[in-house]
Amino acid sequence: MLIIGCGNRQRGDDAAGIVAAERLRALGMAVEVCTGESSELMESWAGADDVIVMDAVVTGAPAGTVHLWDHLWDGLHLPAFATSRGSTHGMGVAEAIHLSRALGRLPARLRVYGIEGTHFEIGSAISAEAERGVADVVSRIVSEVRA
Amino acid sequence: MTGTGTRTIKVDTLARVEGEGGLYIKMTGDRVTDVKLKIYEPPRLFEAFLRGRHFSEAPDITARICGICPIAYQMSAVHAMERALGITIDPAVRLLRRLFYCGEWIESHTLHVYMLHAPDFLGYADVIELAKDHRAVVEKALRLKKTGNRIVQLLGGREIHPISAAVGGFHKMPTRNQLREMVPDLEWALEASLEAVRWTSTLQFPDFEQDYEFVALRHPEEYPFNEGRLVSNRGLDIDAAEYEGHFTEFHVKHSNALHSVIRGRGSYLVGPLARFNLNFDKLPEVAQKAALEAGLKPPVKNIFRSITVRAVELVFACAEALRVIREYEPPARPRVEAPKGAGVGQGVGQAGVGQAITEAPRGILYHRYEVDGDGLIVTAKIIPPTSQNQKRIEDDLREYAGRLAAWPLEVATWKCEQAVRSYDPCISCATHFLKVVIERE
Repeated sequence: MLIIGCGNRQRGDDAAGIVAAERLRALGMAVEVCTGESSELMESWAGADDVIVMDAVVTGAPAGTVHLWDHLWDGLHLPAFATSRGSTHGMGVAEAIHLSRALGRLPARLRVYGIEGTHFEIGSAISAEAERGVADVVSRIVSEVRA
Repeated sequence: MTGTGTRTIKVDTLARVEGEGGLYIKMTGDRVTDVKLKIYEPPRLFEAFLRGRHFSEAPDITARICGICPIAYQMSAVHAMERALGITIDPAVRLLRRLFYCGEWIESHTLHVYMLHAPDFLGYADVIELAKDHRAVVEKALRLKKTGNRIVQLLGGREIHPISAAVGGFHKMPTRNQLREMVPDLEWALEASLEAVRWTSTLQFPDFEQDYEFVALRHPEEYPFNEGRLVSNRGLDIDAAEYEGHFTEFHVKHSNALHSVIRGRGSYLVGPLARFNLNFDKLPEVAQKAALEAGLKPPVKNIFRSITVRAVELVFACAEALRVIREYEPPARPRVEAPKGAGVGQGVGQAGVGQAITEAPRGILYHRYEVDGDGLIVTAKIIPPTSQNQKRIEDDLREYAGRLAAWPLEVATWKCEQAVRSYDPCISCATHFLKVVIERE
């Protein structure tokens, strides 16, 4: 299993995916981090068959809500992943998934844990709500891996 | 569209992390009565964030302003700080910084040419749609971008935002072997870039030439990255320290970005077209030849042709990266330390001021820092390329939209989107996630 955390540490809740990655690493798990830019992500998951991506999302749900998207090859409509616009002029996690599918490069299983964010101010720290979402994602992944 | 009806072209984006960005054009009959480009501009917020921080933090903090051009922010920051502190860098560091910039230009230009701009010309909604019909093109773009990523990762030295560049040099230098391992990829990338020049030159370009004041760095020996005087085709020829005496900024109500103009003259254009037109003679022969064969001869005054100019700069960046790798010898020490006790330009314990301009992929990026005797930042000023181009984009759109009056609204809107993307603005509306609202009286 390949686990990737995406985000930007300097933008409040956008750090959620990165913070989750750091927590998992502290528990001894191998986790990659990236900005969430499409080509970088596609490079990261090239050749992997079971991938989990963790990222901040904005769907309108309460802050800290954890979403899990599975079966992404079904053409499921993806929400606005927070990092996609912030870091790369619109080529982010959702685009990486769609582009991978168009090119036949989608991993056999790809899941996205989205942590609902509400505060993205420059230089701000992650909110307590998003932190709770991070803790939830970490515990779900840990129980899956250790099961 | 004729008559006296008012029609409004509104190209808005979904509000997300970067806030709102969008283009608003109002027409009454054939006449354009209003053009507003809304930009959300993070650099302004970083200026405040930098105050009170140690000078050595500036490159890492500013690298986080933009996910696409972190190297540009680092380069302007290190050069401005070195000037404030009176540091002279090793020639090998200078060479390696050029390589670093090559990596970023390859990443950024590839993303823009293939993934953002090409779909416009070929009539696709986005790169995902393009990939369904032109798989090989998109595969090539991804491989080309990966070549740039490799350079940035090697010299950046960290997973997300590059942090290896430091005031005075690098925290760590690569070995010659590490650099040489990239040669086969870069040789492939050079060929792919030449093909990109040929391919983009066959696209259909609107007939839209404007009389621009082009502004770019110019260096006596090389195509500009980190050094040179700031020049224009209308006689500007200044050092970075004189920048604020020749350019001024003003607030516009509709955008939280500042508009930048040349004092007494108005809007100007920075970026690939400006660099190409002012520095064609400094391009390596392989890039000059490719440009001429593609029908590009300076001055190129059609902004839509910037897609091919970016491809020419891709050729340059690959050729330059190969040259640097051939010539590189690791320096005795990776970094020159700032004098002790310092913030120190003119002597230990004294304040220093330093300015620098470097060529980000989308145009000149100006930084100025004032550092106190403890090495802490007193003031910071950052003027990114997009705010320098903003007024010019509005001026062009005022002219261009007027020519589109006869087209159905959807077509006119799409053409305006394509026009805005030509400048590669660092704003949300450079993407394909655009919302259009039509109003007619």
